[in-house]
Amino acid sequence: MSTTDWPDVQLHVVSGKGGTGKTTVASALALALARDGRRVLVMEVEGRQGLSQVFESPPLPYAERRLVTVSGGGEVWGLAVDPEEALLDYLELFYNLRRAGGVLRRMGAVEFVTTIAPGLRDVLLTGKAVELVRRSDKKHDTPYDAIVLDAPPTGRITRFLNVNTEIAGVAKVGPIRQQADGVMAVLRSARTAVHLVTILEEMPVQETIDGVAELHDSALPVGGIVINMMRPPLLPEGNCEVPDAAQLDAGLAAAGLTATSTVIEALRGEAADHIARVALEATERERLAVLDRPMYELPYLPGGMDLTGLQEMAVMLREQGMA
Amino acid sequence: MTFALTAPHLEIDNLLADRATRIIVCCGAGGVGKTTTAAALGLRAADMGRNVCVLTIDPARRLAQAMGLTELDNSPRKVPGVTGGGSLSAMMLDMKRTFDEVVESHSDPARAQAILDNPFYQALSSSFAGTQEYMAMEKLGQLRAEADRDGTWDLIVVDTPPSRSALDFLDAPDRLGTFLDGRFIKILTAPARGAGKGLGKLLGAGFGLFAGVLTKILGTQLLSDLGAFVSAVDTMFGGFRERAEATYSLLKDDGTSFIVVAAPEPDALREASYFVDRLETDQMPLAGLVLNRVQEVRAPELSVERAVAGADRIEDSDPMTSALLRLHADRLRNAERQERLARKFVSAHPEVSVTEVVALPEDVHDLTGLRTVGDLLAD
Ligand SMILES: Nc1ncnc2c1ncn2[C@@H]1O[C@H](COP(=O)(O)OP(=O)(O)OP(=O)(O)O)[C@@H](O)[C@H]1O
Ligand SMILES: Nc1ncnc2c1ncn2[C@@H]1O[C@H](COP(=O)(O)OP(=O)(O)O)[C@@H](O)[C@H]1O
Ligand SMILES: [Mg+2]
Ligand SMILES: [Mg+2]
Repeated sequence: MSTTDWPDVQLHVVSGKGGTGKTTVASALALALARDGRRVLVMEVEGRQGLSQVFESPPLPYAERRLVTVSGGGEVWGLAVDPEEALLDYLELFYNLRRAGGVLRRMGAVEFVTTIAPGLRDVLLTGKAVELVRRSDKKHDTPYDAIVLDAPPTGRITRFLNVNTEIAGVAKVGPIRQQADGVMAVLRSARTAVHLVTILEEMPVQETIDGVAELHDSALPVGGIVINMMRPPLLPEGNCEVPDAAQLDAGLAAAGLTATSTVIEALRGEAADHIARVALEATERERLAVLDRPMYELPYLPGGMDLTGLQEMAVMLREQGMA
Repeated sequence: MTFALTAPHLEIDNLLADRATRIIVCCGAGGVGKTTTAAALGLRAADMGRNVCVLTIDPARRLAQAMGLTELDNSPRKVPGVTGGGSLSAMMLDMKRTFDEVVESHSDPARAQAILDNPFYQALSSSFAGTQEYMAMEKLGQLRAEADRDGTWDLIVVDTPPSRSALDFLDAPDRLGTFLDGRFIKILTAPARGAGKGLGKLLGAGFGLFAGVLTKILGTQLLSDLGAFVSAVDTMFGGFRERAEATYSLLKDDGTSFIVVAAPEPDALREASYFVDRLETDQMPLAGLVLNRVQEVRAPELSVERAVAGADRIEDSDPMTSALLRLHADRLRNAERQERLARKFVSAHPEVSVTEVVALPEDVHDLTGLRTVGDLLAD
C-alpha cells in the first residue's frame, strides 16, 4: 500500500473522548507512518507516560528517544513533553533565562505559570510540536518525516490548538507574536490534520460530532475519524431476527449438542442482545458518516493491548489508507 | 451475581434504606458509569420512600432529558415519575454558576460584581483544571446545608467529574486552595496587598526579569487583575484553602458513604484500587465497589469448547446456529477474562463489598433503564 489519504500531512494530531484510545491509536499511527525507512516521532503532552506503557519501554524523559525500529529501516521515536521544562526552554529561547530556572522552580513560579495560565502551557506544547515539524524546513540534521501528537481530549482540543491566536490579543508585535503567528500558520495549514478517535457509543460519538464542528469553526483542519474497539457483527450478514426455538433446537442437534430449553432460551437471549447492540452501533455509525470524513476502523483486541496488537493495528491503518 | 467472587456482597438496599445514610458519593475513572450509578441509586432510594437529591456532573444528553435536566438553573428540580411516598430531585452542576454564587453570597453586590467582571476570575472559574471538582464539593456543601435547614432531602447522591483519575476528586480542591494561597501568588500580587517592600532584594535579579517576562506574556492587565482577585477573595472568606478543608471534612462525616464504580477492565480497576487505598488512608467510609458493564453469561453450562466444536460441525449447513454458538463462546471468554481481573481486585482488597451490573445491550437513557440498573445493583 503506497497511497495514503494524507500525503501532505506532517503533523497528525490525535484527539478523542477520554479513554477511547487516543494514546493507543496515536502510537499505532506512528508505527504505520514509519514505513519505507521513515523516521516518525510520537509525542505526548499530558505528563502521564502513556507512550512508555504502550511501547513497553522505561519512562520517557523530556528528550527524544527511539522506541522501535520497524522492518524496512523505519524508526518510531518518542517524546514526553514536560510543560515545566518546555517553559524553561521557552524562556531561554527568548530571554536567556534558563539559569534562573532553579530559583523560579523553588519559588513555585514555574508551577504557577503552568497552572494559572493553562493557555501559556498550551502555547509551549503546541510550540514544541510545530518546532519539530519545522525541522524538515530548516535542514536540521535529524528531521522527522512525520510527527504524531497524542493530544488532549476532544473537549479541550480546539482551545488547545487555537491558543496561539489568543497571544495575538496580548502581544501586538515582537518575537512572541511572531512565534505565535508562525505556530498558528502551521496548525491551520494542510501540513496538519486533527484526527478524532471514538467508539460506537452515544456519548463519544456526540463528542466527536461536537468536536468536528468546533474545529471547523476555528478553521482547524479536521482529519479522519478512527472508530476504535469495533466488535465485528457475529451473525451472518443481514440477520436481525432471533431464530425460533424449534429451529435452534434442530441446529444444535445437528451440531451434536443436546440442549435443554434453558440453553436454547439463553442462546436466543444472547442473540437478541447482540442484535440490539449491532443496531445501536449502526445508528451511531450513521451519525458519524454524516460528517463526511474518512473513517478508519480498528477492532477490539479481546486479549488486551500489547506490542503485537499495536503492530496489527498499524497494519490495519496502513491498509485502510490512514498512513 | 455473575462472577464467583469471594468478596462480601454489597447490599445496596440496606445502604439506601438506612436513614443514617445522608450522602453517597460515586467515584471512579471516566466513562465507567458513575453518573448512571448515581442516578440509579437516587431513583431507587426515592422509590423506597426517601427524599433524594441527585447531583450529576455530566449526564449523557438523553439521560439528562429523561430526568428533566434541561433547565440549567443550577438548582435541583423534581423528577416526575417516582413511585411511592418518596421524592427525587436532580440537578446538573454548572461549575461557573456555582463559583459565581459563592462570590455573590460572600460579598456586597458591588464587590461581587467587580470580581465577576475580573478576567482572571473568569478564566479561573471556567477553565482551571480542578475547578469542577472544587465546585462539586462546594455544591454538595450547599445542598447539605439546605437539607439540614429545610429538611428538603434526607439523602444526597453525588456524581463526580469525569477526571482521568478518581483521586482528582479528593485532591483538586486542596490543590486549588493551596495554589491560590501559595507563596508565589502572594509575592506576585503583593503590591496589590500593600506588602511589597524589599521583594526585589529578597528574590534577586532573576525574579525581576521573570516578572518582566510574565508581564510580557500574560499582560500587565492580567497580573493586576490577578492581584485584585486574590485580595478580594482573601477578605471574602479567609482563603480558599480553609473553605476546601471544611467541605472535605463533610466527606469524613458518619453519614457519608463512598461507592467506587469500575468496569472490569485493567485501567478502571487499577484506578478503583488506588481510590480504595486512599479512602482507607483518609479514613473515609467506603460502602463498596460497583462492577459495572460486566459481561453477562447466560447458560454457562454450555462450555466454550463444546460451543466451538459444535459451531465447526454445522458451519456450512446451519450458519445461523453456528454463529450463535460462536457468539456464546465469545461472551464466555470475555466473561472469564473479566472475572480474572475482578478476582485480582478482590484478592488485593478482600474486605471490600462488591455488586455487579451487567452491560446492558443499549445505553441507559430513561427512568426505565435506571430502574433496571437499580435492580441489578441491589441484586
Ligand atoms: N482496539 C483496542 N482493543 C483493545 N483494547 C484497547 C484498544 N484500544 C485501546 N485499548 C485499551 O483501552 C484503554 C484506553 O486506551 P488509551 O490509553 O489509548 O486511551 P486514551 O484515549 O489515550 O485515554 P486517556 O483519555 O485516559 O488518555 C487502554 O487500556 C488500551 O490498552
Ligand atoms: N450497565 C450499563 N450497561 C450499558 N450501558 C451503560 C451501563 N452503565 C453505563 N452505561 C452507559 O455508558 C455511558 C457512560 O456512562 P456514565 O454513567 O455517563 O459514565 P461516567 O459518569 O462514569 O463517565 C452512558 O452512555 C451510559 O448510558
Ligand atoms: Mg491517553
Ligand atoms: Mg459522568
